[in-house]
Amino acid sequence: MTTTELLRADHLTRHFKIGGALSRRTLHAVDDVSFSIGEREIVALAGESGSGKSTIARVLARIYSPTSGEIYFEGKPVSQIRSRHDRLRYSGLVPMVFQDPFGSINPVFRVQHGVLRSLKLHRPELSAQQRADEVARVFEAVGLGADMLQRFPFELSGGQRQRVGFAQALAMRPKLILADEPVSMLDVSIRIGLLNLMAELRDTMGVSILYITHDIASARYVADRLIVMYAGQIAESGPIDEVLANPRHPYTQLLLSAVPDPRAPLSVAAGTDRGEPPKVIDPTPGCRFRWRCPLAIDTCAQVTPVLKELRPDHEAACHVAQATADQVKAFT
Amino acid sequence: MSEAHEILEVSRLSVDYVLDRGDVRAVDDVSFTLDRGEFLGIVGESGCGKSTLLFAVAQLLSPPARIAAGSVTFEGTNLVGLTDRQLSAVRWRDMSVVMQSAMNALNPVKSIGAQFKDAMKAHGKPTGEEIAARSAEVLRMVGIDPVHLKSYPHQLSGGMRQRSMIAMAMLFTPDLIIMDEPTSALDVVAQRSLMVQIKELQLAYGFAVIFVTHDMSLISHFSDRLMVMYAGQVDEFGTTRTVFDRPLHPYTQGLLEAFPSIRGPKVPLKGIPGNPPDMARLPAGCRFQPRCPHAVDKCTQVAPELVPIDEALVRCLRRQDGTLPAPAGQEGSLSR
Repeated sequence: MTTTELLRADHLTRHFKIGGALSRRTLHAVDDVSFSIGEREIVALAGESGSGKSTIARVLARIYSPTSGEIYFEGKPVSQIRSRHDRLRYSGLVPMVFQDPFGSINPVFRVQHGVLRSLKLHRPELSAQQRADEVARVFEAVGLGADMLQRFPFELSGGQRQRVGFAQALAMRPKLILADEPVSMLDVSIRIGLLNLMAELRDTMGVSILYITHDIASARYVADRLIVMYAGQIAESGPIDEVLANPRHPYTQLLLSAVPDPRAPLSVAAGTDRGEPPKVIDPTPGCRFRWRCPLAIDTCAQVTPVLKELRPDHEAACHVAQATADQVKAFT
Repeated sequence: MSEAHEILEVSRLSVDYVLDRGDVRAVDDVSFTLDRGEFLGIVGESGCGKSTLLFAVAQLLSPPARIAAGSVTFEGTNLVGLTDRQLSAVRWRDMSVVMQSAMNALNPVKSIGAQFKDAMKAHGKPTGEEIAARSAEVLRMVGIDPVHLKSYPHQLSGGMRQRSMIAMAMLFTPDLIIMDEPTSALDVVAQRSLMVQIKELQLAYGFAVIFVTHDMSLISHFSDRLMVMYAGQVDEFGTTRTVFDRPLHPYTQGLLEAFPSIRGPKVPLKGIPGNPPDMARLPAGCRFQPRCPHAVDKCTQVAPELVPIDEALVRCLRRQDGTLPAPAGQEGSLSR
């Protein structure tokens, strides 16, 4: 599945200084991460809380600037964006949908207000009537009726609010929507509707989506490719069916065994894992998963593994998987 | 299931929220019994009354909520109408509660050990050594090093916080622990490890568990019986395996179809269209009827009763008269 490249992150790194003014400690939230997102593609970014997935979304949205590394959007480096016009253009093409549908919509305005505001800002050429038409169009596209436009956020359910979030993003004619755990706060019965909406936006409008989640099952349902993050680095990436059928990194295997599945027998492997993802403060070389890893060898404590292609288009950052792919397969 | 093993009997329990615009019935005529050492799962969407039911069982409701009818008989005593002083003898010693968000349920300015001490002093007259010994013991039981008795909640990870809440609930080795979505703030790996641990502790110490969640897939391997709630009522109630293998109510079937699997072929899923009803303006007839793919005219006129069908209790008119197609398992996912 090769598509035209839309966005490429090149050795993206984001560090945060922590502690007091005199502290020299640095939190490595995202460390040397490279990936690309194609046109009409849903890429799932999966990992535990604290693995750096939200930081990546915020760097891509230019909420944070990267400590080092570069983002190329449609081939042009994002750090070169200077003028207000170009900044607005980029944030319109790459909007973000947030996790909490209760905190991300202004409660004192009708729900169409936010969409109208962003239209005014990002598409000033439209007349008032055209803006109203456009709001009606995007609301319809996300499955909300015209009667919803005049409602206040408190009148809407969580699922409807999250659809408003997508409508707001769509109004700017985006190329890539950064969706940060858009369904994790919704009821299970409502989630599937949002996932279907994301697939529909990709198929009918050609929008790409970076779908950030810790739910591998929902990622498999909508996404084309999967990137698994661990402690600020990419552990494994590739076409989602390929990665889930042949997970090479022990962390991906752990994640997979933890997914509750009533149709499968209970997996004890995940239950016995009592590990915690490390806080990556001033890290030393070595694999960051080695303390929890059932396969760790001496090399893992000395050399940081880098992503290597193990099968076509399928990369993993694991010494053991790279050296002895067959043994790993036996472990699964 | 003999009488002797029964520790909890909830009988025709109804809870009202007393509001200016009239009373809203959040829990409507719910009955169930719980045996010693049993694991009961309760699932439903937000607003279906599952948390209100838990609070009613634990006698933790505060105005505007009040128990309108029914009884909660725990180890032979009806808890409804007891004073706080009378309840204090039962609470925490015989029945404890683990809340949804440990971050909010734990006191942020007190160490874990100090909070354990408070709980023990409130429900007994232990000596300092007894408190220290028992606190360290329960923390070890949930797999946390007792040095964390000196830690404050913010110093622990989300999983450790939830585990220390469970440790606190076990201070007096109660017969019943009530859990309100204890894993919903955790990610999948921590969630699975906590579930396995709860089950291990339950088997080792023999307490009964009432576990409330909106994620049906989560408890499939852990609960003995499963109650599905919709709009304040029980829609389906049976052993967990029966409910999963042969879901009889259309709502249960919808819930089971609502989550994608990580195995098997990818099939487009629909979820359940619409939203749960406003409890102050319930639809006529069956409460699930506006969202039900199988609804017929009769469903909008007659409110169904909860009746035994096969091995489960089901509230569905069409299932009762046998006009619904046989239940089947399903798998799913979707792609281009």
